[in-house]
Amino acid sequence: MSQQKNKGPRGGMGRGPAMGAPTEKAKDFKGTLKRLMSYLKPQRFKIISVVFMAILSTLFTVITPVVIGLIITSLHEDVKAGLNSPAGIVVNFTYIAKVLVLLTILYILGSLFNYFQQIIMSSVTQETVYDLRKSTNEKLSRLPLKYFDSRTHGEILSRVTNDIDTISRTLQQSVTQLISSLLTLIGVVIMMLIISPVMTLILVITLPLSIFITKNIAKKSQMFFADQQRALGNLNGHVEEMYTGHQVIKAFGYEDRSIEEFSNINADLYDAGWKAQFVSGIIMPLMNFVSNIGYVFVSVVGGIFVIRGVVTLGNIQAFIQYARQFTQPIVQVANIANIIQATIASAERVFEVLDEEEEIPDIENPKILENPQGNVKFDHVKFGYEPDNILMDDMCIDVKKGQMVAIVGPTGAGKTTLVNLLMRFYEINGGAITIDGVNITDLKREDLRSIFGMVLQNTWLFNGTIKENIVYGNNKASETEIISAAKAARVDNFIRMLPEGYDTVLNEEASNISQGQKQLITIARAILADPAVLILDEATSSVDTRTEIYIQKAMEELMKNRTSFVIAHRLSTIRDADMILVMKDGDIIEKGNHDELMEQKGFYEDLYNSQFAANKAI
Amino acid sequence: MNKVSKFLKPFTLPIIVVVILMFFQSLSELYLPKLMSDIVDYGIAQDDIGYILKVGGIMLLVAAIATLLTVGASYLSSKVASGFGRDLREEVFSHVENLSIEKFNEIGTSSLITRTTNDIDQIQQVLTISMRMMLRAPMMAIGGIVMAVSKDARLSMILLVAIPVVVLVIFLIARKGIPLFNLIQEKLDNLNLVLRESLSGIRVIRAFNQEDYEEERFDRVSTDLKDISVRANKIVGALMPAMMLLLNLTAISVIWFGGVRIQSGNMQVGDLMAFIQYVMQIMFSLVMMSMMFVMIPRAMVSVRRVNEVLEKLNEINDPINIKDDPRTDSNKGQVEFRDVTFRYQGAQDPVICNISFTAKPGETTAIIGGTGSGKTTLINMIPRFFDVTEGEVLVGGVNVKDIKQEDLRAKIGFVPQKTVLFSGTVAENIRYGKEDASDEEVRRAAHIAQASNFISNMKDGFDSRIAQGGTNISGGQNQRLSIARALVRKPEVYIFDDSFSALDFKTDGKLREALKEETKDSAMIIVAQRVATVMDAEQILVLHEGKIVGKGRHKELLESCKVYEEIVYSQLSKEEAS
Repeated sequence: MSQQKNKGPRGGMGRGPAMGAPTEKAKDFKGTLKRLMSYLKPQRFKIISVVFMAILSTLFTVITPVVIGLIITSLHEDVKAGLNSPAGIVVNFTYIAKVLVLLTILYILGSLFNYFQQIIMSSVTQETVYDLRKSTNEKLSRLPLKYFDSRTHGEILSRVTNDIDTISRTLQQSVTQLISSLLTLIGVVIMMLIISPVMTLILVITLPLSIFITKNIAKKSQMFFADQQRALGNLNGHVEEMYTGHQVIKAFGYEDRSIEEFSNINADLYDAGWKAQFVSGIIMPLMNFVSNIGYVFVSVVGGIFVIRGVVTLGNIQAFIQYARQFTQPIVQVANIANIIQATIASAERVFEVLDEEEEIPDIENPKILENPQGNVKFDHVKFGYEPDNILMDDMCIDVKKGQMVAIVGPTGAGKTTLVNLLMRFYEINGGAITIDGVNITDLKREDLRSIFGMVLQNTWLFNGTIKENIVYGNNKASETEIISAAKAARVDNFIRMLPEGYDTVLNEEASNISQGQKQLITIARAILADPAVLILDEATSSVDTRTEIYIQKAMEELMKNRTSFVIAHRLSTIRDADMILVMKDGDIIEKGNHDELMEQKGFYEDLYNSQFAANKAI
Repeated sequence: MNKVSKFLKPFTLPIIVVVILMFFQSLSELYLPKLMSDIVDYGIAQDDIGYILKVGGIMLLVAAIATLLTVGASYLSSKVASGFGRDLREEVFSHVENLSIEKFNEIGTSSLITRTTNDIDQIQQVLTISMRMMLRAPMMAIGGIVMAVSKDARLSMILLVAIPVVVLVIFLIARKGIPLFNLIQEKLDNLNLVLRESLSGIRVIRAFNQEDYEEERFDRVSTDLKDISVRANKIVGALMPAMMLLLNLTAISVIWFGGVRIQSGNMQVGDLMAFIQYVMQIMFSLVMMSMMFVMIPRAMVSVRRVNEVLEKLNEINDPINIKDDPRTDSNKGQVEFRDVTFRYQGAQDPVICNISFTAKPGETTAIIGGTGSGKTTLINMIPRFFDVTEGEVLVGGVNVKDIKQEDLRAKIGFVPQKTVLFSGTVAENIRYGKEDASDEEVRRAAHIAQASNFISNMKDGFDSRIAQGGTNISGGQNQRLSIARALVRKPEVYIFDDSFSALDFKTDGKLREALKEETKDSAMIIVAQRVATVMDAEQILVLHEGKIVGKGRHKELLESCKVYEEIVYSQLSKEEAS
């Protein structure tokens, strides 16, 4: 759920930021816009047709008021004539009918063009966004693990989903709206000028007033919105913290204090919230007022002009409609400008991902290990996660085929570092790692990694059937191979007990089976992959004893005749190991077998004895 | 109908005022076209510039009044919406804070967080928009109809045709479109799921060379999303063009039939112009109201979710008549279980069954057993996080149900399985156990918990900031601070729920030795996975499927208890175990 927080001003109700709410700004607006445009390039013919249709449908909207005006004028004339004629009012229906037919055609065409424009734009948008999603996802698979370790999942997810979603919505709605708003504005101004330049001038005078009002109020409301956002952030933070610690809150009797603090933040939120709501809420009525002032002026001046015979009544009617349409596109353009700014900021975040430095590519003529034996050698390896913070300096180990290496050390000692280096998830800063005498950088990553099998504490199963999850280790495996792998992992019986057997779908968090069973399935996966070298993590906390025994036996099975690196938690494993690597603060500080290390009387001996210091007290 | 809507009740008066303000506002807004038609019909017809100017003045006044009414309504509705949100939030939060652990877990932490934050935000936002637009739209529609009918009742018959058609079209599009939008949401969730999985499993994916497979999976859901979106837009994209067309066709019929009315002398040209504007107004408000179809269901989902929280009732309550504390010193620091059974509400099988034991002060009682054996449930009954179904739990000789929860918990130092630290300084976190602890007490607690060393290595010592959830220190450090927090209380009973798991063996051993000194007068109850942690306890309870299958010291159990033996040999070699 945590990716739901800190969504900031985005992601609120429906569309775009509320009026007067602050907008995010892009760092390089122009460059990003240009780049986003390049994604639209394959769709350029569709886009041109959208623009063309937008021009046509706007044109129809713009001329219809004049056409209606023709009828009004004609009616006005007829009524005037009727006043002086004994026959009374005779309305010229043939004329009106003609004009109305024309009008109907215009309306139908206008709506049709509008509809087609939307459909085409929707396909443009979806194709573009699809491409963007695809290239982002492909990019992610080429990024080094370093990138993922320094960022939260939520952050990366938000770029691929939320940010791309923002781009999609803007393309779909705002771009066509922007085009038609601009065109409407131009068209309306032209039509108004044709009808009466003087009246147009009157209307334009009201414009600075709207801008003045909007600017001032928006500034104020942005302040309140910022306050509101801050209060909301505090409130969400408090809720998250208190709920996460519910048991502790209860155990220590902190309910009242927690509620009190909540009340304070909530009061702040209320204060900032209603002000932000109110101030931003009066922008529209005030703009409306200004537009009404224009309307009144136009009615009055127009009335006088009609009396003087300067303009026809129908044109006044048309002009009034234009006057109403005049402010709307201006407001819309201002709104869209904000939306586009936020969108460009989103696009920038997506492009940032696309610009990240990729993994060093595989070498051109990679060597191939036909039949890997599993002799692993670290030759003067130098490594640090940051180049200026070297953890491992000049590390040499030599592991022969079939040996077991135990890695021990306190938590946070960097026991996974070795895994990272072996699998070439990270690049080393000096020296070389070889397998059967071949430098791992001379192998294709794909080939290198197929030498290894991995069972981590953090079992990873995906949303799919159990069979799919096991077969992950070897796509070409047959049904019998799958089952014998499951048998070797001692999980076959359990799987058969499930109603759907091997076709049971593991749910999102794989919470429909226990932690221990998950681990057994990952072991089956590793068995099926049949690797030359194994990497195992023994930690089996939160597993019940029986399953733990199964896991232990399955792991033993798996380790037979293979070189193995075990992140060890069991003393028996450690004592049986051919080599023990003692890790502390990211470096290997001692190495050797149990007896040698005890002899050294170093960190290992201390660690080993401390375990029994308490036990001897029995 | 539900507990959420009752929070609107205190705001009844302001809401009524808002409705009235909006009604008059929409009337005055509609009055403008009427005045304009007067200019046409009387001013222009009679060449009366003075009249035109006069009416123009009235129009300005009406516009100003309309604006004032809107501002007033906006002021009130902002206060109502924010106030409603505040009250609801406050109630939900304090309700959750007082919820028992069992009820709390029925919904779950992350869901409760979303319900208290996002869902209430959602409801509040919909309320704001309803007050601003939804209330206004019907007012506009009603006002428009009133004005249209008063202007020309017969011509208004057109509305009898137009309105049902518009409503029908909106209904048809909504009926086809809304399920598609739900489908989009579903596909979007799918995309998120695949992506989240490929992020969390990135090491495995790369280790097994499955990048292509993952890309294919992603592409499949991404294509799905694209196709559904295009389909949905084809339908929903028709809404606005269709509405505009209907609106304009209505205007055309108004002009035609208006012409007929003018010919027969029943209508004037200015009236017709005003009438067109009324009709437009009515139609627009219908379109606006159609947005309710989209927003109200969305808010209803949130309302339902919040309602569920408020409907959770606490069944663990303080006793009405608090008995005088009959505790004698001989029982101080003693925990006793008398034939305790617990089952979750509605569950068939009990989680724990007929448990009896006594944990004496100065002694360590260790509880060991596999997952699902009921260890955590058992210790959760001591601070009364759960109530026993049968039997009784006594702390200091008193049934836990007979004293106030606050007083009961004050006697207990609880170290949970999942350590939770709060944002604040190290000292503040330790003081959580005892608000008025002196600096010396805090330091001492940290020392016993083996935390002094790393605290003094931190930049600001005891004043160093701990990030929310303790994410800026290691798991072991988290556990040690959480132990210090319990120690500073100097409680009668210590409960450690698998609290040493993240400590290395050395610290684990040292800590337990230091604790021995500190807890001479208190009962110490430890839940553990590691045999080494429980080996030296005075009493070990072996739990299996909710029952005690072994009770005694390490050596005795090794001989008498099969389950215990199994656990021990899974972790230690024979020689280590003896």
